[in-house]
This record gives sequence, C-alpha cells and structure tokens, in this order.
Amino acid sequence: MSEHVAVAKLQGKFSSEVLEVKEFRGETTVTVKKEDIVAICSFLKNELGYNLLTDLCGVDYLGRTPRFQVVYNIYNITTKDRLRIKTPVEESDANIDTVSGVWSTANWLERECWDLMGIGFNNHPDLRRILLPDDWEGHPLRKDYPVQGPDREPYQGRVS
Amino acid sequence: MGIEETLGNNVITTSLDKLVNWSRSRSLWPMTFGLACCAIEMMATGAARFDLDRFGILFRASPRQSDLIVIAGTVTRKMLPVIQTVYEQMPEPRYVIAMGACACSGGIFDTYSTVQGVDEALPVDVYIPGCPPRPEGLLYGFMKLQEKIMAEQNSFGAVIGIGDRIDGV
Repeated sequence: MSEHVAVAKLQGKFSSEVLEVKEFRGETTVTVKKEDIVAICSFLKNELGYNLLTDLCGVDYLGRTPRFQVVYNIYNITTKDRLRIKTPVEESDANIDTVSGVWSTANWLERECWDLMGIGFNNHPDLRRILLPDDWEGHPLRKDYPVQGPDREPYQGRVS
Repeated sequence: MGIEETLGNNVITTSLDKLVNWSRSRSLWPMTFGLACCAIEMMATGAARFDLDRFGILFRASPRQSDLIVIAGTVTRKMLPVIQTVYEQMPEPRYVIAMGACACSGGIFDTYSTVQGVDEALPVDVYIPGCPPRPEGLLYGFMKLQEKIMAEQNSFGAVIGIGDRIDGV
C-alpha cells in the first residue's frame, strides 16, 4: 500500500517524533508528538503530496493523561490516499502550533477547535470564536461542560 | 351567483374598535423569517395548497412592513439577539406566534446553546405545538390570533392617544 510508503518516509525523517502507527480497517493513523507538528505537516504536504486537510478536530479523553488529542485527517488528491495524524495535548498546556501556514483551511478549523474544545493554537493569525457568540464563556464540547449550560440545573430525569 | 351588490344603499353601524380590530386581524403581515424545519411548513402554508393569501396574510420581506413574526424553528442563543432586533424594528401593534415545540419550549434541544422557549425574550401571543406543526396547525394558530385581535379593547383610542390598547384574551 502506498500509505505504508508515506508512513515509512515519515518514520524515516521524524523517527523520534512518531509515537505509534496503527492500521485499522484500511485506515492508517500515525500518532506524533505535538512539538514538531508544523514540520511534520509541511513534510506531509510538500514531500508526500497530502495537499488537502479534510478535517481538523479535537478530542477530549477526560480522565486520561494527556487529556486532549488534535486529529488531522489529510488527503492526497493525486493518489487518493488518506492519512490520519493524531497529536496528544496535555490539559495543563492545552496549546499546539498552528498548521494554518501549511493548509489555509486549518485557519477556520482551528478556530472551531478552539471555540468548542478550548485547545489553543500558537501563532494562529486570527484565533477568535467561530460558532458561539463572542462573549461566550467556556468551551462546551469539553466533557466537563454541563450539557444544559452552566446557569441551569442539570436534568434529573422525568418528573412524572 | 355570489355577491351581486356589495353593500348597496345600506348603512353599517359598528364601533371604531371593531373596525380597527377587523382591519388588523384580516391583514396580518408576517415577517419572512424562518429558523429551521418549521419554516418549511410555514412556506407550505403560504403556498398554493393552503394559501395564506386568502386570510389576507402576506409575507413581507422587511420588519418595517410587518406586524407579526412567526418564530418558526429552533432559537439558538446566538440567534436570539437577531430575533430581538427584528422584533424591535417592527411597528406596533405587533404580534408573535411561537411555532413548533422548539420555539415554545426548546423542544428536544435541552442544551446550552438553545433558548428554552422564545417567550424568554419576546411576548408570545399564540403557541402552536407540533414538531413541526402541519399547515393546518399553523392556520389554526393564525385564526386564534385573529380571534385574539378581535377581542382587543380601545384599539382606536390607543391610536389617537387616549389610553392604552387592552389585550384580548
């Protein structure tokens, strides 16, 4: 599989950064350290041709350390190859470098991730909320955010 | 067939309040303002099969020309200031219909981002249940609003500056 070629090249160049490579039902996932994410993404785009960032999202594994993960789903339009990059992000320092310089679409995707997950993106050109109102407090897709909002009693089940 | 002569040489006596109420309730102009799936039913109600025009209900594209706003759909916290602005731009007397479960109570969206009923912010005249209500339900709601307007008191006096309009029940 051509994905293996990409993973092998990635491992060859960033041997100390790649934490785990996983293959599941034909999908390849590479977990990398967050420190060199911009260099890794530039390499994936410029050298390996992953020229489309399909999605960028955050995951909250409440109770685990590191608590958060940022997931990059990337796509090579020429070879029609998909690859998933995951990076763990600690709760104490929930920040990661922006990849909006690599894929421009990451600008808004990172804003969404910041808005709902509270993961900051260093050197982002315009890190504002994108979905919620500007004066919103908190990040509602975090697992410890009350579903019905902080100013309401949580749902206790049906009264009748 | 039908009405050969409208009034003829007749005289009609009525109260000015009734005349004002009648003209208001028979020319409700709703704001074109849809929020979610209820708006599709609202459009269907306005279209040929159910035909709101026969009630004198014509959708207007500007709040300055409307006297009714149908809150047709889920009201999010981010949308609420917009709805309030649109409502404030409408000239008095103005009416509000909360259409569907979401506008009435938040519906199934018992979450941080959804307003739990638009009556938190606007004075609602008629609540229409349903998810979404059928066009018949919306028509019934419009007719209930017409009844309410017909029951208003001192609507003429309020116009010429004597006292306030008293809401119908």
